[in-house]
Parts: sequence; structure tokens; C-alpha cells
Amino acid sequence: MTTRTIAGRTVRVDDEGFFEDPGQWDEELAAELAREAGITELTDRHWQVIRYMRKEYAEKGTGPTVRALGKSSGVSVKELYELFPKGPAKLAAKIAGIPKPRGCV
Amino acid sequence: MRRVVILGGGTGGTLAANRLRRRHPGRELEITVVDQDRAHVYQPGLLFVPFGLATPEEIVRPRDRQLLGGIAFLEQPVDRVDLGTDSVRLADGTELAYDVLVVATGARLLPGETEGLLGPGWMRDVFTFYDLAGAAALAARLATFEGGRLVVNVIDMPIKCPVAPLEFAMLADWFLEERGTRDRVEITYVTPLDAAFTKPVAARALAGLLDEKGIELVTEFNTGQVDGESGTLTSFDGREVPFDLAVVVPLHGGAEYVGRSPGLGDDLDFVPADPRTLQSTAKPNVFVIGDAASVPTSKAGSVTHFEGEVLVENVGRFLAGEPLDAEYDGHANCFIETGFHKALMIDFNYDTEPVGGHYPGPVGLPLLKESRLNHLGKLMFQWFYWHTLLPGRDLPGLGPDMPTAGKSLARNRGAGR
Repeated sequence: MTTRTIAGRTVRVDDEGFFEDPGQWDEELAAELAREAGITELTDRHWQVIRYMRKEYAEKGTGPTVRALGKSSGVSVKELYELFPKGPAKLAAKIAGIPKPRGCV
Repeated sequence: MRRVVILGGGTGGTLAANRLRRRHPGRELEITVVDQDRAHVYQPGLLFVPFGLATPEEIVRPRDRQLLGGIAFLEQPVDRVDLGTDSVRLADGTELAYDVLVVATGARLLPGETEGLLGPGWMRDVFTFYDLAGAAALAARLATFEGGRLVVNVIDMPIKCPVAPLEFAMLADWFLEERGTRDRVEITYVTPLDAAFTKPVAARALAGLLDEKGIELVTEFNTGQVDGESGTLTSFDGREVPFDLAVVVPLHGGAEYVGRSPGLGDDLDFVPADPRTLQSTAKPNVFVIGDAASVPTSKAGSVTHFEGEVLVENVGRFLAGEPLDAEYDGHANCFIETGFHKALMIDFNYDTEPVGGHYPGPVGLPLLKESRLNHLGKLMFQWFYWHTLLPGRDLPGLGPDMPTAGKSLARNRGAGR
């Protein structure tokens, strides 16, 4: 575990930059995290996914997989890849300020 | 009298029923197993069918014949579970009331959820070996495959037996070498994971083996579309992998009735359960075993086997009104066929990732290392499955907990996820 400074605030993150404590996150940080990932503007569709990720994490203790997102977030898997290129579940988790999704073993 | 209803007569349902019957031989417990069909498939055998090393008939037996006396078997699809009234409704309208329900209906293949997978080319140039019909059809296709690009693709996790597609790629390398056509075939392994396998130490060992065998590895590829006409896999982010023959592991979900049963399952129709006690989070009198469960370990027969003992102990405790203190540690154990009459073995649990050493003690089968002994172990396992594992007999010295005595754990303890 390590810390880093985003938009003038110090937060705890893991080796890959995922938040350790979702409570340290707010919408201003999300916008900055998105810019770092090459997403210049967070649209309503982005926010729909980000809010869904945070709700799922709060309820289940882990972020959803891309398949679960596609089924339940109201955004299709295809669009998820357009909104959050490469790995939507990981990237959206990072921007939503939740720990890295555990995925499947 | 108390009633236990077990949904599913596969590995988990059968061994749970038999263990429960042995544990509670009297009439005070009525045990009913429900399944939609009578064909119990020895699923590890599906891997061998495409290469002519097993026939479909050799790996199927009647479900009801695997159950001990004093266990009822009903052949009916499940319509839904009603958690409110503690009852199961079957497709023919029968209502089964239960004191304890055990969900053991495994995972279902969902090829229709991937665009184009069932389109032109399906069962001609695009196959899966994850069911009997697919494995048999693929055997016929491989027997006449003269050369080209063979692509093995996992669409997305979770899947049953996450090592099986790797084994398929390595056995294909061996099979083609034996036939003298290996130099005319490019083999590519395409996975949504960021490595060959989910666990880092094993992933490195397996990636090394793929490399030695000249199997190309494509990672972080999330298949969005399969085009059997042009022979192309396309990922959601627009990358393409061309193929002449594609062997695909389709998306998996839980049984359909789970989705029709309010409150029972998750988005993918798997049933969330406490990973240690296997009690469902839906209701205390519902337990889950095997692939049907949403718990953080692999969907594999060995997991189901090791869960069995804990599940039966906890069902007994629940019925007696005692606290559930039997705990499953996430133990999984897999032989991985690597071709040329060799195999390696991995052994892990919730907290410890697969490492080197020997299983189950310092003198035993080598871990994470190819050997002929492991291959023989894998072949012998089928006998063990029908005659020891399903009947629910205990093996001396092999309990459900992961053994550590023979393992190289010093630097890796706690490294698993």
C-alpha cells in the first residue's frame, strides 16, 4: 500500500493505483482520475457506470465484472468499452475510487 | 421427519446426497435429488474426447445409479424455488417442501450471449468441448484438420475448470505432432485474463509451457463477436484474431430456474454463499455446493469434492439447531494435462496461491512440474470419481483442507488472492 496526491489531496492507493478507501473519493477526484486515463470529459453515461460501481461495492464488497455491468448497470458491454476503453471494469473501478475488482479464479 | 431437497444430480448433488445418507442412515431424514435428465457426465473426460482418447459413452452413467439406497430421484426440470414457503416447484407442477435445500445445479453454457457464436460456422469451424455434443463433433473435425490457424478462446470468466482450455491447447500440440501435421498449424491461446492463468506463480509456469510448445498467447482479449464465415474473433476494443478452427469456451451462467426464483441468485444466476460455511446469503436453510455457488474459488470438481464434507457437516448442524462451525478453506486441486503423457498438478486455496513442492506431503506428486506420474494420476482419477468420490467415501490422509507439508511456501505465503 502507498499514498499519492490527486488534485492536491492525499489518498491511499494500491500498487496499481486503485483506492484502498472509497471514503476518500469524491466527484472532483473522479474527473482528475479520468483525465489521467485519457478520458477528457465524464458524461452522464460515465457517471451512471461510476455510481453503479460504487453502489455494488458498498453492497457486495467487490466491484462488478464487465459482464455483470453489462447486465445490470443499464449500459451495454459494447458501450462500456467505448466509455472506458480496454478494461471497463478495472478502469471504471479506478475512477470510481473503489479497490480493484477481485474477478474470478 | 426432516426433508432435504437437493437440486442437481451431478458431482456436488450426488456426493452431498450420499454423504448425508451415510451420516444420517435413519428414517428421520428424507433425501430427494432432482435433476432435469438422467445423464451424469464425468466432465473431466470431455477434454479427452476431441482427441479420440475417450468416447462419449465411456464418460456417461445414469444419475440415479450413483445414488445410495434410500435416496429418492426425480427426473424433472425445476421451475422455481420459493424461499418464502420453503418449497420447490417442478416443471410438472409438483411442489416439494423442504427443511433444507441444497443447490447443486452447476453452471450452464451460454453460447447465445456472444454475438455470432451460434451463427454460420458453429459446429463446422467453431466448436466447444464443454459439452458432449460439441466434444464429439470437434473430434470428427480434428480428425480431418489438415492445417491452418487453431485458436483456443475463453470468452470470459467465470468458467468451469479454468485450466481445461490450456490443457486443450497443449494436448492439441501433442495430437498434431503425433499426426505429423504440427508444422502446418499455428496454435493461439486467446484469454480475457492478463496472463495464462488467474494465479501469478502458476500463470508464469503455464506461460513458460505454452512458449516451449510454440503456442502463441494473446491476453486481455474480451471477445465481443465471433464470425464463423470469415473466421475472425473480434474483441470489444476492436482487435481481431483470425482462425480456421476456433475452440471456444462460451460464457457461463447458473441454472435458469435460479433467475426465476426471487432473491436466490446474482446477476449471472449463481447463488451467493458464505465462502467458509457454504450457507447461502439468501436464507439460512439454503446451502450451495459446486459450480452453482458464487464463492471466490475455481469452479472445479475438486472444489466440489472438498466442499462436500463441510456442506454435509453444516447441514447436519443446521438441522440440529447448532452453530455452523465446519469451514471450507477454498481448497482446489487440479491435474493439468500437458501432452506427451505428462501432466502437472496445482493445489491452492482462498489464501495460498498454487506453488511448487509435492502433494499431499514431502513424498508425493510433484506440484507445478510436468511428470508422467501426474498424467497417470489424471487417468486413474476417473475410477476414483465413480467409486470413491461420488459414493462419498473418505480417503485416508486426504481431508478437505489444503495440505502444506510438501510445499515451497516460504516466499509465497499469503500471495494468493
